Order: sequence, then structure tokens, then C-alpha cells
Amino acid sequence: MRLSAEEEASVQSARPRLELPFLYLDTLWLQVTGTICNIACRHCFISCGPKVDKHKMMSRKLCRESMRDAVRKGVREIWFTGGEPFLHEQILEILDDALALAPVGVLSNGMLITPELAEALGERFRTAPYNLEIRISLDGPDEESNDRIRGNGVFEATCRGIRNLAKAGVELIVAVSVLDDNEPDRERFMELLRELGVPRPRVKWIPVFRIGREAGRQRSYEPWEVLAAEDLAVEDAAVRLMCGTGRTVTSEGVFPCPILINEPAFRMGDSLEQARGSAPVDHPACSTCWQESFSCST
Amino acid sequence: MLDLGSFTKVALFGGTYNNWIALEATVADAKARGAQAIVFLGDAGGFGPHPNRTVERLRNLPIHSIQGNYDDSVGNSLEDCQCGYVDPRDNQFAQISYDYTLQNTHADHRRWLRALPTRGRLQVGDKKVLLCHGSPRRVNEFLWESTTPAGFIEHLCNTEDADLIACTHTGIHWERRLEDGRGVLNVGAIGRPPNDGQREVWYSMLELDRDRVRSTFVPVSYDWKRLAAEMDAEGLPAEFSATIRTGWWTTCLEILPGRERARGRF
Ligand code: SF4
Ligand code: SF4
Ligand SMILES: [Fe+2]
Repeated sequence: MRLSAEEEASVQSARPRLELPFLYLDTLWLQVTGTICNIACRHCFISCGPKVDKHKMMSRKLCRESMRDAVRKGVREIWFTGGEPFLHEQILEILDDALALAPVGVLSNGMLITPELAEALGERFRTAPYNLEIRISLDGPDEESNDRIRGNGVFEATCRGIRNLAKAGVELIVAVSVLDDNEPDRERFMELLRELGVPRPRVKWIPVFRIGREAGRQRSYEPWEVLAAEDLAVEDAAVRLMCGTGRTVTSEGVFPCPILINEPAFRMGDSLEQARGSAPVDHPACSTCWQESFSCST
Repeated sequence: MLDLGSFTKVALFGGTYNNWIALEATVADAKARGAQAIVFLGDAGGFGPHPNRTVERLRNLPIHSIQGNYDDSVGNSLEDCQCGYVDPRDNQFAQISYDYTLQNTHADHRRWLRALPTRGRLQVGDKKVLLCHGSPRRVNEFLWESTTPAGFIEHLCNTEDADLIACTHTGIHWERRLEDGRGVLNVGAIGRPPNDGQREVWYSMLELDRDRVRSTFVPVSYDWKRLAAEMDAEGLPAEFSATIRTGWWTTCLEILPGRERARGRF
């Protein structure tokens, strides 16, 4: 017997989903510029770009409401991502709102960080009540290997941003994607960062998520690359996956993590309150998180 | 759960990291200042020389002990210290000191470490102090000054029904109080200096001050030359004894938040 597409869909949705219990809200993610980015990397797992506004810029008001709500729930840290967060016209005001409440992290490609912006961030890094982590994405230690993935001219602009941050005394981190077709050499990144004036370089490795543009660039997930209920039966499962202790707010609602914001089946509600239940973890990308014990935060 | 009762003056310390010389000096200092109880918040081993010397003293001196992640690892002969390093250099150094500690800790001491309580309580006046290693939630959660916000502290105090939560695990001491006087006190570690370029190590004294619990951080000088010489004689990495000699951390730095990292040399 063959099922029609509609019947197939209803069978799929009737099947109980694999879920991870929510422990507590430690990490609030704000997709502050949605999917809007100044560049369009070939491996971007949420397919961002200058004209991609599937998730729009968040207003300062929405950011504030989400943050206040999260603080009431005992949040430990607030992270900003996009897209490119520094495209937001009110980003400094929003960062100040956040830093008054909790430690803050920003994920950026660094290209828009002028000496003036770097100074403003340096000031906050030194004097805010809590820690400010600026994390800059760079996927190769030289122009050729980085721009192959991130686009022409990106290496130079990112390095300029890093130099500005280092000069302003910001203790930055560099995030490097580990892809099928690159073998990032830790020492070469360290060397580059020291050349750019970073006194104590830190590097974070990001595993490959085979969704969004990366699915077309290399390959998407194979059918067997999913989590099984047995995997989650271990004691520390909810700590090992960031959806056990975090939620992501975008202009379009609340999601378990910054990775699955383009998956309607993973939208958990309109508010953090509505997203308090277990997170579905039956997406193939969840197998990457699990294998790598990966968290987008540091 | 260890319940120690009520006091007006208590000394708390963490992270001996095999520094048996600083341990002796700390206990002597706390006694001289009139501490009615002395509490160790865990992580006996790692880093320094001759693990048995530290555990012997923890067992024989008048000290109450809470289990740290290191004690759980050594006590149960696990494969690593459960600090969760991912940086290959950090991992390598962490493994050297863990393997050394595990190999050189007497079986009877391992049994003692394994049986330690993971949490405790005491009172200073009528204020309730919760004793733990990393955080009340997880033995290996890091509570740093720059990453432990007030809202989170309030949440923890409510959840744990505590006026003060005392922890260690990070190796750097700090305290943050809410307006109502409740708060988190990270007592730091006496095994090595707090990455400040000085050679003293630090512990904390809690004291009843009218209806408040006052906490004071106390620096301890000890024979660091002797400790460093023992580390070298035991063949431990020169990077470790350099920390004892200079006061700057040289390894396992990846866990530091940017703010704390920027204060150190490496
Ligand atoms: S990977 Fe980052 S920088 Fe690149 S397009 Fe996506 S959001 Fe923008
Ligand atoms: S992708 Fe990772 S963080 Fe997101 S829901 Fe799946 S397991 Fe959780
Ligand atoms: Fe510890």
C-alpha cells in the first residue's frame, strides 16, 4: 500500500517525537538581526545573507522583554547572534540592556568592527558589571582558505576587525568551523592572532552542521544520522545538549537553539514561558550536537 | 548532606591541589584567628606533589571536607579530572597532573575521597550557608565573578533555601551579594595563587557581624620555594612550578571568561 503525501505527513506527525527534558534556563539566545547578514557564507547553516529576512531584526523592546523574562527564570548568560549582530542600529544600547542583567556574548564576523566600535566594546569589556565575550568567525588562517568559504575580501575585513578589537583591549575568541574540506591547524590560527595583536588567543571549534547552505555545498545528513532514545538515557543528557538548558528567541518565536530556527517543526511557542517544555531532538543536526558535545556558547 | 551546626566564625577553603604546605599554613592561620570550624570544599589533588601528604592532613587535622570533581575522579579511579578541557594543550597538562595524582594516591585515601559528602550546610548565627564544590547544581559548574549574575544568584538562593552559597572549583576567589544580603561566595583555592602575579594563596573567613554574615578573604604566605622544588623533583611539568614561583597561571586557561583571562599574563 502506498500512502499519499498527506497520509505520510499525518503518520509522521503522529509518531511520538524524541524529546529532551528542559532542566533550567541557563542561556538565552537572541537572534538579534535574524537571518540578515552583510555576507552570505557558503556553509551558513541558517542560510543568512543581506536580503534574507526569514527572521527579521528584533526590536530593542522585544530583546528587553525576553531578557527580563529570562532573568526572572534565573538565566546565567545572554548571547547575541544573527545574521550579523553589528548590523543592528541599536546594538550598543541592546548590549547595555543585557550587560546590566547578565554576562553577554556576541557572535560576529567582525567585518563591521571599526576602531570606534571596538573602543566602545573595549570600554564595556572593562567596566560592565559582567563579562562581555566577543567571538569572531574565521574559517581559515589565510585569505585563500577563509574566503573560499566566506567570500572574497572577507578575510581582510575580518582581520581588520580583530586588530581593532585587540587594540581596544577586548579579549576576543575566534570561532573556526571544522568542515569536510578543511583541516584547521590550531598553531596557524594562534600565529595569525598573535600577528594581529591578540595577546592571549583563544579558538573555539565549530562542528559542521549539514543543513542550510552547507547541505548543498558538501552533503546533507544521511538517514541514519539521528539520535536514538537510548542515547539520551544517560544521566548528563540535558547538560550535554544546549537545548537542555537554553532557548533561542527570534522575531518569529522561540526555538530550542540557534541551529534549528528555520525548522517550523521546532518552533516552541511565542514566549519563553510557552517554550518551557521538553525540546524535540529528532532533527539530524541533533546528532552533531550529541557527538561533539557541542554548545554554541563558550 | 553534611550538617555542621551553628557557629559565629568559620574558615572555608577550596582546591588544595596537592599543596600540602599551604594546607598546613592555612589551617594554622585559621586557628590563630579563632575559627570554630574549618571546612574544605573539595579538589584535594592535581597540580602539586605527593598527593598522600595532602589527604593525610585533610583526614588528620580538624577539617570537614566536601567532595570536589577531582576527588570523585580520583576516588573512583575515573579516566580524567572531569574539568572538561577541549584545548589539546590544556588537556595534555590536565592529564599529566591527573595521572600523577591517581597513581600516587594510596588506596585507603581514595576510599576516603570517594565517600566524601557532595554538599553540606552550616549556620552563621541564623544565616544558612550551603556548602558545595562547583555550584549547588553541578559539581563541575564554574561560578566565576564575571559570569555569575545577580538574578541567577537570587534564583540559586531561592532554590536552595540558602542565605549564602559557598563554592570553589574556579581557583579564583570572589563574592557577590544581593541587596538583601544573600549571595554567592567563591572561596578560591589554596593550592595555587589566583593568577594575580603574587605568591600568596587565599581562603575565606565567615563571621557573624550583628545580623549579617561578613566574609573576609585572607591571604596566606607559605614556603612556596619548597613546594616548587618538590614539584620539580617529582618531575612535574616546569609550567606548573612556574605558577607557584610567579603567581601566573600557565595552563588550563581555556575555562577562564574573557574578563578573568585578561587579568592574567597568559
Ligand atoms: S555564517 Fe555567520 S557570517 Fe556567514 S552568512 Fe552565516 S551568519 Fe553571516
Ligand atoms: S540542534 Fe542541538 S541544540 Fe538544537 S535541538 Fe538539536 S540537539 Fe538541541
Ligand atoms: Fe573542581
